[in-house]
Amino acid sequence: MTAQRQQTIKQVLWVISLAIVSVPFVFPFLWMVTSGFKSASEIFGQPSLVPDVWHWRNFVEVFEYQPFARQYFNSLYIAVLVTVLTLIVSSLAGYALARLRFAGAGLLMVGLVSALMVPEEVTIIPNFFLVGWMGLSDTHVPLVLLPVFGPQGVVATFLMRQFFLALPKELEEAGRMDGLTTLGIWWKIALPMSRPALAAVAIITFLHSWNLFLEPLVFISSLEMFTLPLALSNFTDPYGAPLWHLQLAATSLAVLPILGVYLIAQRQIVESFAMSGVKG
Amino acid sequence: MEQSIPSTKAGARYNGVPFLTLRRREALVSWLFVSPTAIGFLIFFVGPLVAVIFYATTEWNLLSQRSTFVGLENFRDALTRNADFWHVMRNSAIFALGLVPLNMALALALAVALSKPRKGVIFFRTVFFAPVITSAVAWAIVWKFLLQGEAGGVNMMLASFGIDGPNWLREPNWAMASVIVTRVIKMVGLNMILYIAALQAIPRDYDAAARLEGASEWQIFKYVTWPLVAPTTLVIMILTTIGSFKVFDHIYLMTGGGPENGTLVLAFYIYQQAFEFFEIGYAAALAMVMFVIVLALTIVQVLMRGRGAA
Repeated sequence: MTAQRQQTIKQVLWVISLAIVSVPFVFPFLWMVTSGFKSASEIFGQPSLVPDVWHWRNFVEVFEYQPFARQYFNSLYIAVLVTVLTLIVSSLAGYALARLRFAGAGLLMVGLVSALMVPEEVTIIPNFFLVGWMGLSDTHVPLVLLPVFGPQGVVATFLMRQFFLALPKELEEAGRMDGLTTLGIWWKIALPMSRPALAAVAIITFLHSWNLFLEPLVFISSLEMFTLPLALSNFTDPYGAPLWHLQLAATSLAVLPILGVYLIAQRQIVESFAMSGVKG
Repeated sequence: MEQSIPSTKAGARYNGVPFLTLRRREALVSWLFVSPTAIGFLIFFVGPLVAVIFYATTEWNLLSQRSTFVGLENFRDALTRNADFWHVMRNSAIFALGLVPLNMALALALAVALSKPRKGVIFFRTVFFAPVITSAVAWAIVWKFLLQGEAGGVNMMLASFGIDGPNWLREPNWAMASVIVTRVIKMVGLNMILYIAALQAIPRDYDAAARLEGASEWQIFKYVTWPLVAPTTLVIMILTTIGSFKVFDHIYLMTGGGPENGTLVLAFYIYQQAFEFFEIGYAAALAMVMFVIVLALTIVQVLMRGRGAA
């Protein structure tokens, strides 16, 4: 009885202390959403979590102030494209690095590993000129290609390689006996067996692209071409001061779908990050 | 792949083509597999890396349209003449020294609290991880809003406890503390799950045995858990330190490097020099400095692991 009671007290203390720690993690989301409903004047009045009047109109104004729907769509299609391309490119290279023997494999591995140590800030200056020289400034092409071939793509390649290394060889050998080509083995045997790795790569790649900021900031200049993170920072008055009511309403619209997906696929998403973090 | 050449249909077909032996064929196929990665890597990574070294040796302002070779002048400028550089390096060091221990200590504490199955574990993990997947832009916007002087939510909360909070983002020291703490809150969830994974990999028998010997919870943590998660600690330390040197969007949006350059850190400074002042040569030299720092950090920490100090 006393042991059980001690257990209960422990559990209660545990919940209370974690609840206190979680305040700065949860509060910003609550504040963001409810402030998105405040009028421009109320936002500068006495702060409170709940608006006096729920100002639904903000969420319409967000779309009138700049081409927000278009910018939303830009982020979405770019993230999907980056994810699909990364899955293909990284699983092909990862498979070759794990399973095939070829001259230059060692060199390629060393190159890719060293790429992980070089921050994007180092290569963005020459990439800025490269993109300009290719005539691709203010297009979405660099926002697709740089993540696929940059450090994020390298992490994906290593993840796929690690996973392919752990797959049993017998099935592939059976496939070869049946006359499958290497490409056929990759497509019909290796890929279907790698769903967890593919899911992990897809999740981290999608989120990375969706949240990308520096690259769009450097490469994109016209409003119609903006991606979501750029658009969010652009709700300002002519003097550059933030229009908080619009900014927070727009931020809610950008963040809540992702949070929703996260709540549904919470386990999968966390595991993907654990996988890439440990092995990246 | 180690395997005998099978005398199957496939093998027979290869033998029909005189120059394409099985080995050559495999090498060819391999190169087709890796060529997108290899080519993209050369174009968008190796090329730019070589280019940035060249840029660093030039005096090149985009507005003047002319680049002149100046050798190591940009580096000498940074190290000796330009007072900003050391200020920026100091800020970056403060940022890293503030962020890394805070992030790791909190991550480990949360991981210990959340590694064993218990009612509510999943809920709290979800809560602490949510900011990680949230865009840095959204996070910075909301916190900037919460930290603005009297009208900010944070000071309002403090006021209800009778505390008069500072104007967080307008005073250099408070601004630095604010960006560090808000960044830790955003990213700590990632380290937390890396630690949880490491903690869960520890065999149960270990602490059961220690408990039988009469070890206290703290002793178990100190003598069993902590040594066993040391390799993870090292990896997390490398990743977090490098991450802290790369912080850009958070600073750009919350403080813009201000006030009085109080939060001007290296990544932001590089961006500013290159894309606001168009000093390409100088910015490239700074980028090289950043590269060397990140490289050095990695090497030092790998060596530490080699010595078994971790």
